[in-house]
This record gives sequence, C-alpha cells and structure tokens, in this order.
Amino acid sequence: MAFTTMVGARIRRREDPRLITGRATYVDDVRQVGTVYAAFVRSPYGHAKITSIDTAQAKSDPHVLAVYTGEDLHHAHNLKASLPVAHKMPDLKTPPHYVLALDEARVVGEAVAIVVADSPYTARDAAEKVVVEYEQLPAVVDIEKAAAGPPYVHESLGTNVAFTMPFSAGDPDKAFAEADVTIKQRIVNQRVAPVPIEPRSMVASYDAGMQQLTLYSATQIPHLLRTQLAIVLGLPENKIRVIAPEVGGGFGAKLNVYAEEVVVSWVAMQLERPVKYIETRSECFQAMIHGRDQIDDLEVAAKNDGTITALRLKITANMGAYHQLLTPVIPTLTMLMAHGCYKFENIAAEVVGVFTNTMSTDAYRGAGRPEATFFIERAIDMVAQRLKLDPVEVRRKNFIASDAFPHTTATGLTYDSGDYETTMDKALAIIDYAGLRKQQEELRKQGRYLGIGISTYVEVCGMGPSAAMPAAGWDSATIRVEPTGSITVLTGVSPHGQGQETTFAQIVADELGVPIDHVSVIHGDTDKVQYGVGTFGSRGTAVGGAALKLAIDTIQAKAVKIAAHQWEANPDDVEYRNGKMQVKGDPSKSMTTAEAGFLAFMGDKLPPGLEPGLDATRRFEPPNFVFPFGTHICVVEVDAQSGEVKFVKYLAVDDCGRLINPMIAEGQIHGGIAQGLSQALFEEVVYDGNGQLLTGTLMDYAIPHAEQVPHYELDHTVTPTTVNPLGIKGIGEAGTIGSTPAVANAVIDALAPFGVVHIDMPLKPEKLWAAMQAVPSNGSVR
Amino acid sequence: MQIDLTVNGNQTFIDVEPRLLLVHALRDSLNLTGTHVGCDTSSCGACTVLLDGVSVKSCTVFAVQASGHEVTTIEGIGTADSLHPMQEAFWTAHGLQCGYCTTGMIVSAVDLLKRNPDPSDDEIRAGLEGNLCRCTGYENIVKAVRAAGAAMRAGEARHSVNELMPIHPPTVEPPPSGEAIIPQQLQEAKV
Amino acid sequence: MIPAAFDYVRANSVEDALRLLTEHGEDAKLLAGGHSLIPMMKLRLAAPAMLIDIAGIPQLDGITASGGGVTIGALTKHAALAASADLRKHAPALWDAANDLGDPQVRNRGTIGGASAHGDPSADYPAVLQALDATFTLAGKGGTRELRAAEFFLGMFETALGANEMLTRIAFDAAPNSAYVKFHHPASHYAVVGAAVALTLSGGKIASARVAITGIGDAAFRAGGVESALQGVNPNDAAAVKAACAGAARGVQARADTFASASYRSAMADVFAARAVAKAASAR
Repeated sequence: MAFTTMVGARIRRREDPRLITGRATYVDDVRQVGTVYAAFVRSPYGHAKITSIDTAQAKSDPHVLAVYTGEDLHHAHNLKASLPVAHKMPDLKTPPHYVLALDEARVVGEAVAIVVADSPYTARDAAEKVVVEYEQLPAVVDIEKAAAGPPYVHESLGTNVAFTMPFSAGDPDKAFAEADVTIKQRIVNQRVAPVPIEPRSMVASYDAGMQQLTLYSATQIPHLLRTQLAIVLGLPENKIRVIAPEVGGGFGAKLNVYAEEVVVSWVAMQLERPVKYIETRSECFQAMIHGRDQIDDLEVAAKNDGTITALRLKITANMGAYHQLLTPVIPTLTMLMAHGCYKFENIAAEVVGVFTNTMSTDAYRGAGRPEATFFIERAIDMVAQRLKLDPVEVRRKNFIASDAFPHTTATGLTYDSGDYETTMDKALAIIDYAGLRKQQEELRKQGRYLGIGISTYVEVCGMGPSAAMPAAGWDSATIRVEPTGSITVLTGVSPHGQGQETTFAQIVADELGVPIDHVSVIHGDTDKVQYGVGTFGSRGTAVGGAALKLAIDTIQAKAVKIAAHQWEANPDDVEYRNGKMQVKGDPSKSMTTAEAGFLAFMGDKLPPGLEPGLDATRRFEPPNFVFPFGTHICVVEVDAQSGEVKFVKYLAVDDCGRLINPMIAEGQIHGGIAQGLSQALFEEVVYDGNGQLLTGTLMDYAIPHAEQVPHYELDHTVTPTTVNPLGIKGIGEAGTIGSTPAVANAVIDALAPFGVVHIDMPLKPEKLWAAMQAVPSNGSVR
Repeated sequence: MQIDLTVNGNQTFIDVEPRLLLVHALRDSLNLTGTHVGCDTSSCGACTVLLDGVSVKSCTVFAVQASGHEVTTIEGIGTADSLHPMQEAFWTAHGLQCGYCTTGMIVSAVDLLKRNPDPSDDEIRAGLEGNLCRCTGYENIVKAVRAAGAAMRAGEARHSVNELMPIHPPTVEPPPSGEAIIPQQLQEAKV
Repeated sequence: MIPAAFDYVRANSVEDALRLLTEHGEDAKLLAGGHSLIPMMKLRLAAPAMLIDIAGIPQLDGITASGGGVTIGALTKHAALAASADLRKHAPALWDAANDLGDPQVRNRGTIGGASAHGDPSADYPAVLQALDATFTLAGKGGTRELRAAEFFLGMFETALGANEMLTRIAFDAAPNSAYVKFHHPASHYAVVGAAVALTLSGGKIASARVAITGIGDAAFRAGGVESALQGVNPNDAAAVKAACAGAARGVQARADTFASASYRSAMADVFAARAVAKAASAR
C-alpha cells in the first residue's frame, strides 16, 4: 500500500451508515427509564412586568410532577442568578440574565416558568394552565432609537448602550481630505435565524447516589458547557457529565449556554428523574440566538484609479435583550476584518453594542466576519460604479500582494498566507468573465437584466489563539493504540456534520500506517474525552486536527523507541517510512504501529525507563488564526416585471490550504454558500415595534429548499499555512462569508441601469421591482 | 383507542390518544427514532414516511388516521445489511452532513423516483421541495438522487455497509487470544 | 406541535358524517386529508373537540374529465389531480395548481375538498375554481345544494359551507385553454399572488375570458375589468395583454405581510394575470 493514500482522498464518511439508516442517536432519541418531560411557559410580550404567576391549576393536574417559576429558582441554593458572557471589554454592561425571568420579561419567548409532566403532551397541556399576569412595558426594537434613549431594556442601566469600542489607525482624516472621491453608505446587515433542522434538545438526569448530573444536549461545546454548568449550578465540575450525541446542525447557535440547559439540569436534580426538553420550531425561532443584525455606516475614500485609501466605519450592533455567551464579541470581529483582502492603512471605526427587546444575537456561521466582508465587498463595487471602473480592476488595485505575507493589517491581525489575485483570475477564467459582460450588454438591450457579482473574501478562523480568546483558543487530542492494534482517537472538538470521524481517521491512517477501519474517533462526551473546546469558528480540523497531529508525533516518537529497543538499534536510526518503522537504509526489518502498541502493552519489551502503553494526549495552541480566502462569482437575472431573481451561474474558487477530504471540504462550501445566498435573498427575522416576532415559523421565515438555490460550481487553489502542522485552514464558514456579497453584488449589478447603488438585504422581489420602476439608463424597453 | 398499524411490514396494535401524531407513535410507541421532527408547521419534511407507499409528513397525520394502513419508515427503507440504493447514493455522494434531515430526505427521494424514475436535476429539486436541509446546500443531495436513479434503472444489486466500508479487526501478531493476555513468556516463567 | 385533546370518529358515509356533524354541533370538524386543519391544531389555533374522519367514505374520491366536463370528488387528493392526464388536457389550470400546491408530501395527503372548504385567502384552488366557474355540491341533512365558486368563497377562512354541511363534489365545464400561475411565498409555498385564467379563443383572438386572482385580498376574486378588457385581444400580443390586465386587483383591499406589501401584491396581480393569459392561450 502506497503511503498517503487517505489524506486527500474522497472517501465515504465513516459516520454515515448510522445516519442514512435511521440508527443514529440524537438527543431526542435518548431513551431513559422514568423520563419526564418539560414544557416552558414563555413571555408573549416583548417587554412586560410579571405581576403574578399562578401555578395552582397546573400543579393540580395529576400528570404534572412540578412547576417552577423564576422566583423558585432565584432562591435555590447555590444556583447563580445569571448566565455567562465571555468578553474582554472593561466597560461592558452585563445586566443579570436569569434562567427564568424573575420580575420582568424583556423578549418574546423568554422563559417564565417550567412545567414537568409525564408526557410531552401533558406537559404542553399543563403549560397552558399556568396563569401569568403581565403589565406591558414599552418595548424598543429599533437599534438607533434604543441607542438614543429610553425606553430602556434594563431600566437599572439607564442606557441601552452595552458598550462602545473605538478604533483608529493611520490618518483617516488626511486620507479623506486628499481623496478624489468619497462614498458614504449605510449598509444594514439584517437579523437572521440559524435554523439548524434539529432544534435545541436536552435531557438531564441525576444519580443521587453518585451525586452525578448527566446532561445530553445538542451542543457544539460539551466541555465548555460543563464548566459553565458547574459555575451556574454550583456543582463540582467532576460531578457533571455533558454528552453531545449526534447533533443535528449548529451553525454557531449551539455554541452557547442556554437558560433551558441550566433549568432542565436543575429540575432533574430536584426530581431525581430524567427530564427531557425538546423545543418546538416556534420556540426555536424565539429563543435560540439570532445572527447578524448590524447597521454599518460606511465612508470610503478613494483615488480616481480605484485605490482605496481610507475607511470610516460605525458598527451599531443589536445585542438583543441579554448577552448570551459571545454576544458582544461578534461585532468586534466585524471591525477586525473591516479590511477584507485589501491593503488600505487608514481606518477609523467605532463599534456600539445596543440592547433591544429582541432575542440575543450571537455566533451564526461566520459570526461577525460576514458583516465585514459584506460591506467591504459592496464598497469595492460602489467605488467601481462611481469611477466607472470594472469591479475586478478595483479589487486587483487594492489586493494585498501575494508576496506581502505574512501581512499585518491596520486593525492588528496578521494574515498568515494568501494569493488573492491568483484565485480571482482562476475564477474569472473559468466563468469567462469578459464573455459574461458582453452577454450582459446584449441582454440589457433586450430589456433583460443580467447581473454579475464578484466577492473576493478573506476570513479569520481556526479560532483561535488563546491570546485572542482565552479558554477557547486551543484544543486537544488523545490517541490510544489499543493492545490488539485498534486505534482510538479522542478529540476535544465536537463535530456535528463536519465529518471529523472520517478526516481524523484519514490523517491517523496515513501517519501511523494503519488501515482506516482500525481507527475510531470519539467525541462529544466529557466523561470519555479529555477537556476540549469544541467545534465552531472553523476550528475543528485547523485546531483539533493540529492537536491530533501533535499526538501522532508523540506516538511515533515512542513507537520508534520501542522498535529500536527490539532491534537493539539506536532510536535515532529508526524512522517512520510509509507508515512503518524501519532502520534507516535497511528495509529488511520493519514494525507497524500496532506491533509497537502490543509491545508497549506487554511492558517487558520496553527499554528501561520507558512507561508501558502507547498513547498520547496533546493540546495544540495555535500561534495565530488562519485566513482562508477565495473568489465567488454569481450571475443572476432579475425579472423587470416582478423583481424575481433567477440564478444563472454560481462559481466558487476557494483556498483553505491543504485538503484532507476534498469531498467533505466541498460539502462545507456548498452548505456555506446556501446559507450566505439565503441571507442575501430570503432571510430576515422581523419584530414589530412592540417586540412581537412576525417571522416565528417556517411558514414565514424562508430557508431555501432545493429549487431556490443554484448548482454550485467549485474549484480551488492551495496556499498552505504555517500556523498549524497540517498546513490547513478552516472551511466551515468561508462559503457563507464569500457568497452573501457575491449574490448581492450580482443583483445590484443587474439593476445598475436603473441607477441603483445599494439595496439592503434581503433582496426581495418587491425591493428590486420598486427600484426597477425607474427608466433604465440604457434606454431599453421594459 | 387501539389502532392497527403495519409498520415496515410488521402489524402492531397500540393504544393511542386520538391526538397522538403519527411521528410520535412511530418514535415513542414503536421506538423507531430514525424519523425526526424538525418543525411544527409541516414545512421541513424531516418526519417524512411512506403511508401506503406514498410520502407523507408524519407530523401532519394523526396515528388514528393511519390505523389499518401501512407505514414505511427509514428503518424499513433499507438496513445496514441491505442498503436501499438511495441510502447508498446519499452516502457515496456525501448528500448529508449532520444527518438530521437525511432520513426524511431519503424517504422523499425514494417516493420521487417511484413517480419519476429518471428525473432531471430540476425535477429532483422540485420533487424535494417538501424537505429542508440546512447543511448541504442540496448540491450533493441532487447528485445522490441522480445516482440512485441510475443505479435503480440499471437494476444494480443492493450492498451492505460492510461491503462498502469493511471493518476488519487488526491482524497484529500475536493475535488477540489468551496468549495475548498471558503471553508465552509469562506462562513459561510461571512454570 | 402538540394539539389539544379531541375525540375521533370515522364516518362511513356522507349520511353518517352529516349525522355526526349534527350530533356534535359546533365543536366538531370534518377531517379529510387534514393538511389545512392539523397544522392549525398543532399551533393550537384550532381546537375542535371532535374530529369526524371522512377520508374513508367511498365514492367521494375520483376524477372524471372529458371534453364534456370535469367532475371531481371532494376527497380527491392533490397528487391525483396532479397526475391526471385527462385533467391536464381538459382543465390545465387546475392541473397547474395541483402540481404547484404545497409540496409532494402535502399533495399526497391533502384533498381538493378540504383545501377548498378551508377558505385560505392565499390558497390556489379558490382562484382556479372561480376561473373555471366551478359548481360546488354541498350535502346537508335536507339534501344537496349547488353553489357557484364565486358564491362559495366568501372571505378570509370563510366559505358558504354551513355548519352541518359537507362539500362532496366539484364540477365544471372543460376549459382546455386555461392556466394558473403563481408567485410563491418563499417560505410557505402559498400564493403571494396566484392568477387563474380560462379563455375561449376565436380566430386567434380572445373571445371570452374568466380571470380570478388569489393571495391578495381576504378571498380570491374574479377580475371583471380584466375579463372584459381581454375580449378581442390577440393573446400573443404581449403589450395588448399587459394593457388589458392592468388594474387586475383594482378595488380589492390588498393584504400585506413581511414578504410583500399591499401595493406590490396588487401590481403583481397584473403581471401574473398577463402571464396566465399567455400560458392559457398556448395550452396544449
């Protein structure tokens, strides 16, 4: 068998047999004897004082085991009042975030009480019998109104502004004074809902004899969740086990510590019964975090040749009513990535976080970076439009040159590696950009409106160095060579669709020279797996995989010592070659990793001083983020009669360094593109002025089905990174980050003859139709 | 009330409240947890099963309505020992990521090919409009359905998981026997 | 997700169903495919105390379509309509709608009678059945009565169906030059605007037209002004068709939601009516 047969191969995923046959175990599939079921009573108002809660009728229902209110939990022994928020901002306002509303509800869907009954049906019935009296308070939903003054979401703060973070580099005022053109544009990055198809799901049980709490939760971060549960519940962390079994999608929304997870755990301890809670999709729309929701006020200074010299930026970000785990951090990532893949030195920025009576925003696929890429890629097109330059040439003019890496940006990030122009040129050639522009011109004469949109993105991922994100920067891997030669990998990341059971096995198979079916990858159980951080921020392979590589190195080093001892050779003379150990230059003797593992288990075959066993636990602390990049080109046609958008073509040329399994990487890009284009065209969470959620079901909130998305053509370039030993960059979020501006630029490009400069997302037919009521500049008939 | 359901070929009698949704009867009364619930508005299709051979959303059927009828869930579509070509194609084409929508998607796709054994890509996309996937962007799902159609039209034999992804125990010497646990040398030492 | 409790009974005949309806009064609802009612019950927007399952009643399921006319049993499923070659030939508008309604699973389960009786203002059939000038047969305790489609659809979730009545049959004359086109709501698949057109052609011109629009007002409506303006128009003359379809929703109080405003909906009535005319003229 030739070496390196697995890494780079498009092999079938090892997790799939259970998934395609319906034999996987998601949280709702966990069956425990004696399980009881929770239902939450939730606030129907965006902002209201809770004047009374009458639980008597619900409690008298023979199916009901218990009803608890915020008052009950507030006085519970050891239970901390507030949910955690991770941040590094000295002046951040952190109002208490009770797990059940105490005296005031500040967002529709905020949990007010929990009802536990003997079936999900009876729990739902009983929840309706809890009588809550509210006194409605004025709600504030609009970010700018909220920033300006009362009413306040948290009256005690005397403001809705959670934090203000200014930033400046270079001399933006001078650059603006010297600019040939300046462009000012407000860009609203609308609120969207993550909508993993599996909603939030949890079942908690408590073994009173062992004093052990076990929580199965559909989470991306089992260990971080365990730590936070220990803090909030006041329990020893070694008495809590969190299991993320099969998880049905997360997209950042399950990177959190939710009130329901705490309450259900606490209730399980009170009742000493397994308590299961599976939210409905309607509850999910209300109470799972939302993404985006920023107003980005942008000013760009440019020279007549298209060189961008400076950026002024005000990011007004909606926090929602409370901070969830990373709420205030997200818009700061937007500021950090305001550069995109361009080299301007002068920037003045301010981030303002604002509370409103809406669900908290937090990490949603891309988490802060899509917003940056969106406005900078729109800005490039606006500069091109103003100066009558081709948007391709404006990009070319401003790219950070391929020989300028590592490149430190004005915002202080160091881009590891990149070659933006090569990727763009490859995409332009594949799609025949010049031909498309010609076709566009022809069609315009016929009153048909083709739009060509380009997005050249770079994003920051592989989250991340601990210096930037303490306690969430590193990750871990354990490799155990079992006595009979099976290899067990325990990874600290927690995949939920990303395929690391396969890609990690591919890496181990090659490096340790074992058939892939001898490798088993275990994750998502804090009692089995050493502490790890989890899966988010496109870090699974870039950080978790790098930890795995370190563990492989340790295993190899020990195996070499064992082989050398067996052969009475100098360990320095023994090497791994084609997955086996050999004495350098002497192929006559060889030893497999499995054989070394068995000798390590025997103990008596080891050199003096070497411990028995062949296993290793390693942690990888990335020295930097990684910065994948690429070019997405979208072609659309907009119907002038109705404003409907039809996809003509979609091409993505991405660069995430070395590929472990190209099929899986492509899958990540496909899905990312779909979510990004969906933000551009379809998705928008809408609250009315009272904080009522108007898009609270899948009948109102559109996530695309198969007919609404195009075929995606993919290609890639390979620019490795030295940030991690695998030379890889994350690819989980790149598709989402690259696609939204490509689609928006295409649609707006289609409308250029109507004098359109910018339209905010979602680019719904009505908005486009309205813009197309103008007389087109090319004089064509509509 | 007692109902009579034939599920994956097995007739069963279960007691249900009239309001019990078919999906809950399958999952909770019969422990067939491959059928998932993803929404409450009959939108997502994660709960799709075949009822008398055609695809339905089992969250929008009361179990009592299905009494006297035949239900096929993902567990009855194919098994690890004998994968349905659609299951194999989803696997081979990487038509799934988190897997949550997958079982319903496969059942819908099986129904689609019954109606149209050789669909175009556009027809596949239209035929799956009752199923939402948030992971794959549908690209590889379309590819999988196309491949399954071709395999089924060609009458290809079903495969097992083990044929497609064999798992052989390591053949390390000495073998995993008693000898491995009490090696020869140790036994000799005892003597 | 979890409906309130109710009692359930199966009716074996129309008479049986009517008797049960009368017996249980206002708290009872007929259940056919359930695809209008069950979603509302799951959100607890509806909570009938008794469901009378009529799905098993024989002889209410079927399509007969010929040049002479089309008759459809109320329990006929959307999928059966969508698969009917005869329907496609003799009433393509209804065939279009059946194919474009909901999604495959919904079409496999939902019935034309159930969908019609629901009176959803964004449903497809109310427009199609008005454009086809269909006759609805309603069975009641005292016998049956017949209503024209325009008399049947009264308002938002409101039809002429009496509390103790049951829709049993829908019939209309063949309309080979008919079509339905729809602007899909991206989430719900319901019609933001749906336009149904039935034409008679003579010498390459439109001799008569029936045009009905759904999705805009509280109920689907006939666009009388458009119907008369289309007379004598060459359906292949896009400009003339467009002119005739202008103001299709004039006088109708249009609804608005997060996806489309009232004025946009009204404007789209013109656009989709014109598309439906072109499609109807080129049918078969």
